[in-house]
Amino acid sequence: MARRGVELLDRRLLFVTGKGGVGKTSVAAAIGLLAANRGKRTLVCEIDAKGNLADFFEESANTFEPSELSPGLFGMAMDTEESLKEYLKLQLRIPLLARIGPLARSLDFVATAAPGVKEILTVGKLCYEVRERNYDLVVVDAPATGHVVGQLMAPQAINEMVKVGRIQDQTRWMVDLLSDPRVTGTVIVCTPEEMPVTETLELVGRIRSETRVDLAGIVVNKVLPELFGRGEEEIFTQMRTPAIAAKLSKYAGAPAESVLEAAQLAVTLRRTRAGHISRLRAEIPSDLDLLYVPYLFTKTHGVRATRSVADALGAELGY
Amino acid sequence: MTPGKRQSRSKAVGTLEQLVAAKEIVIVCGSGGVGKTTTAAAMGAMAATHLGGKVLVLTVDPARRLANALGLEEFGNIEKRVPDELFRASGVEPLGELWAAMLDTKESWDDLIKTHAPDQQTRDEILSNPLYQNITGKFGQSHDYIAMERLYEIHSSGRYDLIIVDTPPTRNAIDFLEAPERMAEFFSSRLLRWLITPYRSRFVNAASKPFYSIADRILGSQFLEDIARFFILFQTMYDGFVERAQAVTRTLSDRRTTFVVVSTLEEVPVREAEFFIDALDGRGFNLGALVLNKVLPQYFLDPSANDAAMVLVRDADQLADRLADNFAIAEGAELSDHRARISRVLHDVGESFLNYRVVATREAEQRKDLEATPDVVANAPYFETDIFDLAGLLSMGGQIWR
Repeated sequence: MARRGVELLDRRLLFVTGKGGVGKTSVAAAIGLLAANRGKRTLVCEIDAKGNLADFFEESANTFEPSELSPGLFGMAMDTEESLKEYLKLQLRIPLLARIGPLARSLDFVATAAPGVKEILTVGKLCYEVRERNYDLVVVDAPATGHVVGQLMAPQAINEMVKVGRIQDQTRWMVDLLSDPRVTGTVIVCTPEEMPVTETLELVGRIRSETRVDLAGIVVNKVLPELFGRGEEEIFTQMRTPAIAAKLSKYAGAPAESVLEAAQLAVTLRRTRAGHISRLRAEIPSDLDLLYVPYLFTKTHGVRATRSVADALGAELGY
Repeated sequence: MTPGKRQSRSKAVGTLEQLVAAKEIVIVCGSGGVGKTTTAAAMGAMAATHLGGKVLVLTVDPARRLANALGLEEFGNIEKRVPDELFRASGVEPLGELWAAMLDTKESWDDLIKTHAPDQQTRDEILSNPLYQNITGKFGQSHDYIAMERLYEIHSSGRYDLIIVDTPPTRNAIDFLEAPERMAEFFSSRLLRWLITPYRSRFVNAASKPFYSIADRILGSQFLEDIARFFILFQTMYDGFVERAQAVTRTLSDRRTTFVVVSTLEEVPVREAEFFIDALDGRGFNLGALVLNKVLPQYFLDPSANDAAMVLVRDADQLADRLADNFAIAEGAELSDHRARISRVLHDVGESFLNYRVVATREAEQRKDLEATPDVVANAPYFETDIFDLAGLLSMGGQIWR
């Protein structure tokens, strides 16, 4: 597929978001795997501590300290308290660890109650990994659609709010990294269903108008296979008439009615979804690419599933 | 998390209708994409139709889902009534009224400040404080508290007989439950007093000195002053806030409030539903019902249908030969093409069944665990098309209601 913007995997920081349940984590894991397989040292970071990213690699839960999930692919789980400690250690070179403890705890408390602090500690850590070139690519399993904008704009918002001081300098380079399309991009994952498509369209608008982060692409996940080719649907319609269905059951030696009904369900589901794909295609800006990933019947988790998704994405990207 | 931790109670004893009829607040939760909003709206529509009274569906999700499902163009902080004509167009005459609202965080915060500020000057100063504007306008977390606050406000106003709340996805919903408590804790915290002290008096004690020097270096003194000023202003409303937050928490654990967990039978949502059921249990909240959505038809688990599907895949050619005469042959098509086409259809039909059967089998396993806890378990099937209007909501509601 010809790409019009910056190549997806040539960026350095990718935020993968989408409505809950669309397979955001699975796609983030697959992008990570795809990049690692192509020789990039890659970090995949989960923000919601659901401990479920590791499932996609059959590994134990990620921690703040990255661990190697497969060759060249590292996983970590965001922890804002750890992030703050690391920041204090790096920035202030405070020698007394004992002092950081209670301070970090109380600041974490502020972070819990005062909004924005968690976001900046999260985005700050990610930007730091990118700036230090610790990895070629950092893939973020970001919050769901409703919350991702708050996260993406946190450095900018704080930058505008705080006029002087270290935070001002700190947020400025973050804003620079985030707003550079060669560095940072957002990937929206959706499924071909009513609400996910609607939310994706809304999110495209919000990201473009409220943040300075570039949109890198949209992944349409769980695309159902087309059941019938040309002329076959006509045959199928006839097959469902009681007379033929009864004969089919007789010749097959088992009742085929439910099997035919199931196929009708499959056709309906596919058709409904195809309609949503068309709507998505029609309404997104034409410079945005859609990448299709098929629905996996056999398993939705584990190494094999992640590999299937990575392969599908790779094919879509022309690898 | 071990499912064994949950208390195993008697299975499914009531209906969703009974549960909803007995409650004043129904909080609908579950992971994203499971049809939570649709379920909340469907329950609201059913309650308004069959139970009467004034029913409000309140969504706190920043994404505008409910508006779509209810066919309302605009949708905001002010509650709107779903017109009766919409019900009539769907073939029902509602006993009661259905209302809907979507939380506008900024507006709700402003209202709250207006209520609690001791005087005009404090009020204006807070409303124009840059920190306040950022917090209320831009960051997600202030959403959680204000949602609970608004629920409390609406409930205690007595404007509705039933309020159905559609919450953000699971992990957020936990934040959501804890938000009032967290707010109260925050306002009574030592840390907050620390932050404010130097701006009230020039005296800084030895214990807090390192804190200020570090905070100054990180944040810059201007920002720190903004924060302090903001919190000093907020402190004037301290009593009102804490009292309010505690009242909100009480309302949530009250027996007039119940929680409905919605899930599909996919792996991730099921795991999150389990997590949520445990969290509710642990906090002493009332779990009223589990609604399972997009459940595949039972026939996928029928062994004889499975046999038929396997024969279709295996013997597609032979079956096509025997059946070919029963089909109208496409104009100009060769007989061999005709048969090949029938064979392909038979094969694909069989294969499709077997594919979905894998999913159905996995899902049957998933439901065993989930069903153990709640008193009411309701199932909604896959619908032919997406639910996008009131008729669709009522049709889904009909599936889960009794």
